[in-house]
Amino acid sequence: MTYNLIGKNFIPADMVAKVTGAAKYANDFQMDGMLYAKMMLSPMPHARVRSIDTSAAMKMKGVVAIITPDDVPQFPPPADPILYREPTFAGAPILAVAAESEEIAAAAIEAIKVDFEQLKHVIDPLDSLYPGGPDAFSGGNVANVRLPLQTVKWTAQDFQGFDQGKMPMGKPAETWAYGNLDDGFKKAKVVIERSFYTSSTSHHSMETRSNMAYWQNGKCYVFGSMQSQSIVMPSLARWLGVKPGDVILISEFCGGGFGSKGSGYCELAMAGHLSKKANGRPVMLRMSREEEYLIGKKRAGFQGWVKAGFAENGRMVALDLYCVQDNGPNMGFWDFRNCGHSIQIVFQPEAMRFRGMSVLTNTPPGGPQRGPGENQTAMMIEPIVDEAARQLGIDRVEIRRLNAPDNDGFDGYDAKAKLTSAYLKDALVKGAKIFNWEEKKKLSGTRKGNKVVGVGVGSAFHAAGSNGFDGLIRITPDGKLHVHQGVGNLGTFSWASTARAAAEVLGYNWDNVEVVRGRTDRHLPWMIGQFGSNTAYTATRSNYVAAMDAKQKLLEIAAQMLGGEASGYDLKGERVVSKSDPSKSISFADAAKKAIELGGKYSGKELPGDINPMTKASASALSGSGLMGVAKDTLAKRGMVPGLCTGFCMIELDTETGEFEIAEYLGVADCGTVMHPDGLQSQMHGGAVMGFGMATTERIVYDHALGLPANVQFDQSKPPTYMDIPKVFNWAAAEGPDRDNPFGIKGIGEPIQGASAAALINAISDALGGHYFHRTPVVRDMIVNALAKRQQSYRPLQASTM
Amino acid sequence: MMIKDVIPGFELYRPKTVAEAVALLGQHKKDAWKLAGGNDSLSWFKDRIKRPKAVVDLTGIAELKGVRENAGGLEIGALTTLTDIENNAAVRKSFRLLAEAAGQVASPQIRNTGTLGGNINQDARCWYYRSGLPCYRAGGTTCFADTPEGQNREHAIFDANRCVAVTPSDMAAALVVLDAQMVIRGPGGERVVKAEDYFIGPRIDITKMTQVKEDELLVAVRIPATFAGAQFHFEKVTDRKSWDFALVNVAAAVKVDAGGTVQDARIACGGVACTPKRFVAAEGAIKGKKVDAALAKLAGDSTGRGARPLNYNHFKIPLMANLVMRAVRDAKA
Repeated sequence: MTYNLIGKNFIPADMVAKVTGAAKYANDFQMDGMLYAKMMLSPMPHARVRSIDTSAAMKMKGVVAIITPDDVPQFPPPADPILYREPTFAGAPILAVAAESEEIAAAAIEAIKVDFEQLKHVIDPLDSLYPGGPDAFSGGNVANVRLPLQTVKWTAQDFQGFDQGKMPMGKPAETWAYGNLDDGFKKAKVVIERSFYTSSTSHHSMETRSNMAYWQNGKCYVFGSMQSQSIVMPSLARWLGVKPGDVILISEFCGGGFGSKGSGYCELAMAGHLSKKANGRPVMLRMSREEEYLIGKKRAGFQGWVKAGFAENGRMVALDLYCVQDNGPNMGFWDFRNCGHSIQIVFQPEAMRFRGMSVLTNTPPGGPQRGPGENQTAMMIEPIVDEAARQLGIDRVEIRRLNAPDNDGFDGYDAKAKLTSAYLKDALVKGAKIFNWEEKKKLSGTRKGNKVVGVGVGSAFHAAGSNGFDGLIRITPDGKLHVHQGVGNLGTFSWASTARAAAEVLGYNWDNVEVVRGRTDRHLPWMIGQFGSNTAYTATRSNYVAAMDAKQKLLEIAAQMLGGEASGYDLKGERVVSKSDPSKSISFADAAKKAIELGGKYSGKELPGDINPMTKASASALSGSGLMGVAKDTLAKRGMVPGLCTGFCMIELDTETGEFEIAEYLGVADCGTVMHPDGLQSQMHGGAVMGFGMATTERIVYDHALGLPANVQFDQSKPPTYMDIPKVFNWAAAEGPDRDNPFGIKGIGEPIQGASAAALINAISDALGGHYFHRTPVVRDMIVNALAKRQQSYRPLQASTM
Repeated sequence: MMIKDVIPGFELYRPKTVAEAVALLGQHKKDAWKLAGGNDSLSWFKDRIKRPKAVVDLTGIAELKGVRENAGGLEIGALTTLTDIENNAAVRKSFRLLAEAAGQVASPQIRNTGTLGGNINQDARCWYYRSGLPCYRAGGTTCFADTPEGQNREHAIFDANRCVAVTPSDMAAALVVLDAQMVIRGPGGERVVKAEDYFIGPRIDITKMTQVKEDELLVAVRIPATFAGAQFHFEKVTDRKSWDFALVNVAAAVKVDAGGTVQDARIACGGVACTPKRFVAAEGAIKGKKVDAALAKLAGDSTGRGARPLNYNHFKIPLMANLVMRAVRDAKA
């Protein structure tokens, strides 16, 4: 299907501001009388604050306000505390000071006396599960979202063989299964059983989570960096201790979030609390790079075990999985669940069992990071599929194509639910053709001097679409379309590209469309954020239903003004035109004027009963200003929406230094209809580069005895640079339409990273002649040691280590 | 950890001459700080770990900048930027090793502000030391990196002495190989020391990386004609291709005669000891010989003697051996 706007390139309105520096990020705002804040961070990985003496600091000239845990709302553990009475990681904020300058605030912090009682800490999840092992938090050592805080210790028996690398597998917190595993393994020609480790990683958002806030007339204005201006609002109100209507979020630009600013973070309320104590004066809390590394969330690492059975033809007939998640000290995120889910979707095993555990550690708080769980898993399972292919003598693309889901695929996580669409098979076939896999694989293992060629392929998944959110649009008497968007602006441009769904439905010229966004007092609907690969699918549906509502109203108004039935009219060139007599028409501008005159549902005076309170408040505020389209997305959705991607990688690895060049990379997306080619390209490139980093350089490292982190700066944490990108860097899309999105669109942001990471890891193993690490990232020294046939330095399954 | 990323106040001095700078250093002694490009200094200040009272900004001193030809060799001002060294025609003509080393430091932005003096005088990059822990080097009574749990992948495999930090500099190894003469000026006038003696390990002074005293200043580096136009090899292995310190780097200068026989050679690695580590055995093994693969391997294999790896860094032994092997292998007539 061809569209006027969907699938076409355009220049998003904020592009110039972003590349010229005119864009104002949270830290760029300046206000008269603004105070500057600094936080005191815990120097210990686990402690209890016995007392805080701020008397000397309060006497210092220029110190205006100090907040301690007593000044902020408390939430039941394991929720992230705004300020910690029991700091559970080195860097946990204890208190904050607002002063006339940052220098004074910093000096005041040094004048505050805090009496800490140091408690036992734990960095490695398995150390906490060991009998008698320490708990990262006084209330327990196991928790997650929908997994209540509890204490779990396994037995000495569970740990038998651990020192030899055997994954201990005590009682899991969660388990699910389908099919008959025993029969599956009996059927298998090849069974591969491995323990594995994937490292925790930082988000590296370029913009740290600085925030500025002031109070005016009982309302708190928060300037922050968020992946949403909508879905975060109930939480932000809770963190500030106010009603949702009493907080205004200004977040026009988001300099990277990668999930860590998705559904919100409680530090966003820090400046607001300080401002409240300073009688509403503006307070700027500049978050430093180190602070961002400490409190800016982390991707959870995994320790686990997998046993995979493959039939002679390569079909994955049985898959048994145990995944222990390094969750950080708080609620964290459900990466471990996604570990099982992603293998199930990508390989559709005939029988499968998942067992999982989420363990608290005294490391940065866990939070979702691009493909949380799915992308760690891609790096773990894809090499195992390669091993099976080698043993079975099957082509590595073919074994993936055989197992990949198509539209008849199923979601085993959710009682055999359906998939809205899946074109991973097509993506593999298309990718193999473009990459010239048949020829490239012949280069595998060939040498040029001290360089050896490796090729790899790998796939990844993320659930890429939600529903039930609201759309809110207006046609004003000047004829312009206003699409109210709450999805955030972290660089994917989906705030603009998904707004085009509404314009597409109404046949608008894009120049006549204004996307209303960036601050909540512009009256935004309840919408998905820019996260979870969800925006493209979900927000196009929201804007579609709002546009369909507006369309119906336009047709009805035309019928009222020009006679006949609404069904006798159509939209053309921003006019409502009679189907039988094209000379009979009204402009959208006139229809908008009429809508205001008519009132009722037409101008938003009457609103649908099923919309979210936030949408209702915004629509009420806007009512009477034009023709309003407002609706909740109740469109059909048959099951889970899989965003899928596969990657093809060729490297040249130096056998003397362990260094490699990525000679060529191709990512192929299954993202349904391509919504915005330029936007997709930037995702396909950026996501792939992030995957290369996750696969080979990035990790969180702790001194386990001290409980202190080693990597708290860009130069220590080593995300890839421009010099690390592939020499040839291509992308493509499978382009089968999703069956349950009105335009066939699906999300894609996350699996891009998992696919590139897996393809690169597999290419490295291929260059090493089939040496598999079962540990990520595969860092330079691991490759050097493998080449020199030396033992690796890390202990088996050891977490958060070099 | 309690509070970082705000620079405490200090007096900023901006001398125009070396004499003024030396006078300021003498006046403020322990409270003074020599500021060049700022890439090392500012992170110490921001972290509130080093808190000088008087910062002496050297960037306004004209005589500290530039490359001058000098008796078949070169004299390079200590405040010459790495970018300027990388692009300098005389450097590239006769001592390409320096250009190559300079070109591999950190990132273009850092090379544009980073100076030769700043690069070779930068402090240890041990993450424990940098995080403000009271280790030996910081005046304390322990080493946090060399413990059963120490995360010491990037640390020393040679010459540990309470401290296991390594030289992080790419230029330092190159200067040792070129037998550079370091020109130091202080209250008593000028003294010149060999690069090999300039860099000091913890055995000599655990709190310092060089023998420059607090009231002295490195003003220039003289490169003697000895290795002008020799076969050079500089290579640096890192985790990523830019903005990364060497896991191991190698610098080599090899003079090969027309018949392919090695007349003279100097080879050193950074990232393996607190100072650039010269491999006299490897140099000796190739002198007077014709280079072939077996000789290159012998040179490489000879480097590991005496290496005492920590828990996470034994990979540096084969890496160092391979880099030295490559350096020798690359030396052609």
